[in-house]
Amino acid sequence: MKKIRLMVFGVLAVAAAGWLAATPALAAETAGAKSAIGPVVKTYKGDKCVEDTEFMRRNHMKLILHQRDETMHKGIRTQKHSLKNCIDCHADPKTNSVLGKDGFCESCHVYAAVSIDCFTCHSSAPEKNGQPPRAASANPPGLMEKTISSAVMGTVNGNHP
Amino acid sequence: MSLSRREFIGIGGAAIAGAALAPGLRLVELARARSPEEAATKLQRWGMLVDISKCHDCDACVSACSTENGWYGHNRPATDPQWIRKVTLKDKQTGYVESLPLMCQHCEEPPCVDVCPTGASFKRPDGIVLVDKHICIGCRYCMMACPYKARSFVHEDTINQKSYAPRGKGTVESCTLCVHRVDAGKIPACVEACTKDGNKAMVFGDLKDPNSEINKHLAAGPSTQLRPDLNLNTGVRYRGV
Repeated sequence: MKKIRLMVFGVLAVAAAGWLAATPALAAETAGAKSAIGPVVKTYKGDKCVEDTEFMRRNHMKLILHQRDETMHKGIRTQKHSLKNCIDCHADPKTNSVLGKDGFCESCHVYAAVSIDCFTCHSSAPEKNGQPPRAASANPPGLMEKTISSAVMGTVNGNHP
Repeated sequence: MSLSRREFIGIGGAAIAGAALAPGLRLVELARARSPEEAATKLQRWGMLVDISKCHDCDACVSACSTENGWYGHNRPATDPQWIRKVTLKDKQTGYVESLPLMCQHCEEPPCVDVCPTGASFKRPDGIVLVDKHICIGCRYCMMACPYKARSFVHEDTINQKSYAPRGKGTVESCTLCVHRVDAGKIPACVEACTKDGNKAMVFGDLKDPNSEINKHLAAGPSTQLRPDLNLNTGVRYRGV
């Protein structure tokens, strides 16, 4: 009888230990954004990605690379696998970007220690979401005029037919 | 199953007729706006005609280009990007001054493509000359090769790029003939601005379509390429230079 009681206790102890070990992982998964460890993967628009999540995790870079060459060299401008489409859905409305600590792209890339090269040239903000019109902010008219007038002088003067 | 001689000839004839008809149907399709999944083809060559006699002291084309493509200067004329600029020509003997917009001339034989060591400088099948900034290493050979000084090097970090016109430090850029607009069946921003706010000096269109507006304009009067001696067959032509 004593033996049986000991065995039951042992089984319970093992189960409890297992449960305790599993709990932090579970907590980390559900907490998501609050946890400092691990990527923040959030979608802000639409319910579904253009492909399965598992497929996208492994292959998003291949899709973007393929689309890049199609668009650049052939002029094929389908939306489905374009970087613009990624940004439109995944940009955080608060920061208006896929970058930043909790940004969709950056948080995961930092976690995986893979540098992203896209955003040295491409904008990380979706165009529709109230991006400030650049003409007003970054291009004051006075600057423009100066650039032109100084450029006008030394160009094809002697070269024209 | 065996075919009689008559049946065989009948089926063969139908197949030949189908093959002959299909490309024709496609031609008609491409003459209209291209759908996003269709690639640019050699059936078109985009070009522009600028009438200098109508072009006056106005920079509508330059500011429209800057706004559309999101490039801007830092008040450093020697290194600021210029996808399009106004050039003043002065006849030294008579003192006559005229002004023209100068941008990438979208040559049929582009020297920038010849010299590019990585293949970043390329010509699309429809004649638009572009820089693939994914491949560009920023060596600037193309800038030296271009007789029109049409290309710029990005010296500064960029902000607020347009999604359709990415630009980044360390790469070369130039007029894209507003390829994103052309692909959508629209005309370049400079031509639109010139027609709307400027002096209606620019015409854009397909040089391979005999019925296009630009070809009618070209046929109606004289026009010239800049530096025709170089035999580059530019896509941009000028009248009254």
